Amino acid sequence: MHYLFEPGLLASGPVRTALLIGVVVAVTSGVIGVFTVIRGQSFAGHSLADVATTGGSGAFLVGLNQFWGFLAAGVAAAALMEAIGVQRRRGRDVATGVVLGAALGAAALFLYLGTQQTSTTGASFTILFGSIFVVSADTVPVLIASGVLAILTVVVLARVLLLTSLSPDVARARGVNVRLVGAAYLIALAISVSLSAVAIGAVLSTALLIGPAATALRVSRSPVKAMAVAAATGLAATWIGIVLAYDSYYWPPHGHGWPVSFFVVVLVLAGYLPRPRPVARRSPHEGAECSPA
Amino acid sequence: MFSSLMMNTWIAASAVAVIAGVTGFFAVLRGSTFAAHAIPNGAFAGAAGASLLGINVIWGLAVFSIGGALGIGALGRKARHDVVTALALVLMLGLGALFVSVSTEYAQETYSLLFGEVFGVSSTEVQPIVGLGVAAVVLIGVAFRPLMLTSALPEVAEARGVSTRKTELYFLVVMALAASMTIPVVGALLMFSLMIGPAAAARAVTARPGVAMALSAAIALAVVWVSIVLSYRTNWPLGFFVGTAGAVFFVIAQLSTNR
Amino acid sequence: MAQKAMPHDLAPAQEAPTARDDGPGLLTLDGIGVRFGGRQVLNDVSFTLSKGEFAGLIGPNGAGKTTLLRVILGLLQPSGGKVLVAGEQHLRSKQLIGYVPQKLVIDPDMPLRARDVVSLGLDGNKLGFSFPSRQRRALIDQALADVGADSYADHRVGELSGGEQQRVLIAHALISRPRLLLLDEPLANLDLKSEQEIVALLGKLAREHEIAVLLSAHDMNPLLHVMDRIVYVANGHVATGSTDEVVTSAGLSRLYGHHVDVVRVHGRVLVVAGE
Repeated sequence: MHYLFEPGLLASGPVRTALLIGVVVAVTSGVIGVFTVIRGQSFAGHSLADVATTGGSGAFLVGLNQFWGFLAAGVAAAALMEAIGVQRRRGRDVATGVVLGAALGAAALFLYLGTQQTSTTGASFTILFGSIFVVSADTVPVLIASGVLAILTVVVLARVLLLTSLSPDVARARGVNVRLVGAAYLIALAISVSLSAVAIGAVLSTALLIGPAATALRVSRSPVKAMAVAAATGLAATWIGIVLAYDSYYWPPHGHGWPVSFFVVVLVLAGYLPRPRPVARRSPHEGAECSPA
Repeated sequence: MFSSLMMNTWIAASAVAVIAGVTGFFAVLRGSTFAAHAIPNGAFAGAAGASLLGINVIWGLAVFSIGGALGIGALGRKARHDVVTALALVLMLGLGALFVSVSTEYAQETYSLLFGEVFGVSSTEVQPIVGLGVAAVVLIGVAFRPLMLTSALPEVAEARGVSTRKTELYFLVVMALAASMTIPVVGALLMFSLMIGPAAAARAVTARPGVAMALSAAIALAVVWVSIVLSYRTNWPLGFFVGTAGAVFFVIAQLSTNR
Repeated sequence: MAQKAMPHDLAPAQEAPTARDDGPGLLTLDGIGVRFGGRQVLNDVSFTLSKGEFAGLIGPNGAGKTTLLRVILGLLQPSGGKVLVAGEQHLRSKQLIGYVPQKLVIDPDMPLRARDVVSLGLDGNKLGFSFPSRQRRALIDQALADVGADSYADHRVGELSGGEQQRVLIAHALISRPRLLLLDEPLANLDLKSEQEIVALLGKLAREHEIAVLLSAHDMNPLLHVMDRIVYVANGHVATGSTDEVVTSAGLSRLYGHHVDVVRVHGRVLVVAGE
């Protein structure tokens, strides 16, 4: 146990902050991830993450906290997606990829210009791969508030989102404004991606979005249970990742530490690895086995 | 801008552009754009690992790219949208992040592996790039007809004894080689822009295969040359210009054909 | 007026089903036209459906059946004419119409049990969430029992067979007590046995709940015993009446605009293109 909880783990301020942020990030990503996978919009999540990279780099360039950059870019992209239509159509993959390429190119530029100005090394790394240990304590309230907002939005919309995923036509016929609901959900998704980007980096944020959600959907039959399992799985991966990252300061190469994002991604994948499917349907002839009275 | 030092840059970059353009033409034709997203992720991990071990980065790129290509070939079409595949791709990036962070020069290295770094390419580095390019050209030339047939009419190809599965694996390996050349120049995150952008633009303009392939290579060359000139003048990263130019050409091509 | 055959094992005792005049019909289409991309897809479509009537919307693929249903649901704006539901042109309450869409492709991973889908039929279009109550559960159980889906109420809807999913969707549409039920090609992709069961079920439910049913299909044969009237769509036009009135060589030839033959064999109807 001593090797798992290296000295000073829980006494360390940054670690405690990281654990707290981990809660917000994991729960938000888990809950919203469930709807993302149901709606088949993992692609949208991935695209938002790339755009978030540009936003984070831009924020870095102008000296703002990265989170605002992630958030602004994410929300703008979400609005654009809603206007254009999120469906995965033929040829759309290519078009999206090329446009995202331009966004990433812009990120490259912002990072370059930013490092020229401030001469901080390592900014590229933290924006791309996360910086959960270096988030300042006064950012925490903002992160929590955003997370709560996103979760509330999705919880209030949950029923309507499920109906729309089942059949958009039935939803429309019942008076649901499918576009507005879709837009609100995309914005919640943008917030979720931004939170993950702060924790494990823009480039890796989709892991927390789809991994725990996919795990949860395999084992849960009802929507509420799926959200709970996704949040719990994501939280486990994040917290264990934080602990291991802290411990890794003592692993080779000494004094350096391995990135939290690496551990989180590995744990998310490990959490998903195939397990046997839940019990098969009851046979309709089961009753016939019983002897007649 | 045309000093002997820069000549290496021009040669390497031009070779990369032509190969990327030609390979991209086939990738777009065959709908293999997923591989163009996936291979760079593994390549990044390989390059970072090679650098950590002190080996020439190109070998790390080549080995992990080919490994990734074969992996994708083995998974088959259905697994493309699978969660495991998506998570595995992210894992590759995470591994790369790990390798980069425990090596000593990680700031600059992260940047150049992801966004490219073509200037100051020495003669020793140009050789493997050109070598890989020659290999890729030979492989494509030899298999040109089966590649075209299996792309356009897969069932007919099977009936005539050309295995679509083998051709697909073959092509993925070619794409891996092309990726190994392209990534040092434009970076893992932007390889897609150079490989797929010009090819998709060419495809939008013309349906004739020979013309489309040539046009794809030409647009890629244009993108790279413009990017080198602008990057040289402004000192801004090459990747920025490649990503932007790729998108611009693509948009122009789309708009000019959607009357 | 031609009589329709009533299968006696299904029908409870009932008054003669001719022209139910409860005042204005439950559903009235008056001169509906639809244009797509410069082409007039549907022309001057008019018919009326009354409470308790079971109508088949029949026509070849691509004739415009789904289009017509979408117009009635308010999902598509017609280029002319009007739709009246219970006398009103613009529906205040969307509760009046229950809709069963064409076969849905549902992911096996979708975390919805059959009972969850039916539960969405009660209030899935409202924000917020509902607290489980005994009353709610009883309503859902009853709806599932009505369609014979109670044995798989707790199974994932994505894992059910085509016929089972269809029943669940019908329960979903009926639980909010609509007065009109629209079904888009519910019989496509069903095996023969499921087809017969679903048709019998719909006939029974229509009578028990006293609702009007409009169901689209490209083959009228499974519905011959259940339909009160047929709405035949072809060539952008519609002919309506009883099956015997509408489905004749002369009548359909006029509708299609070219010669077709109607052949009746062993109680089945075949519409065959002529010379």
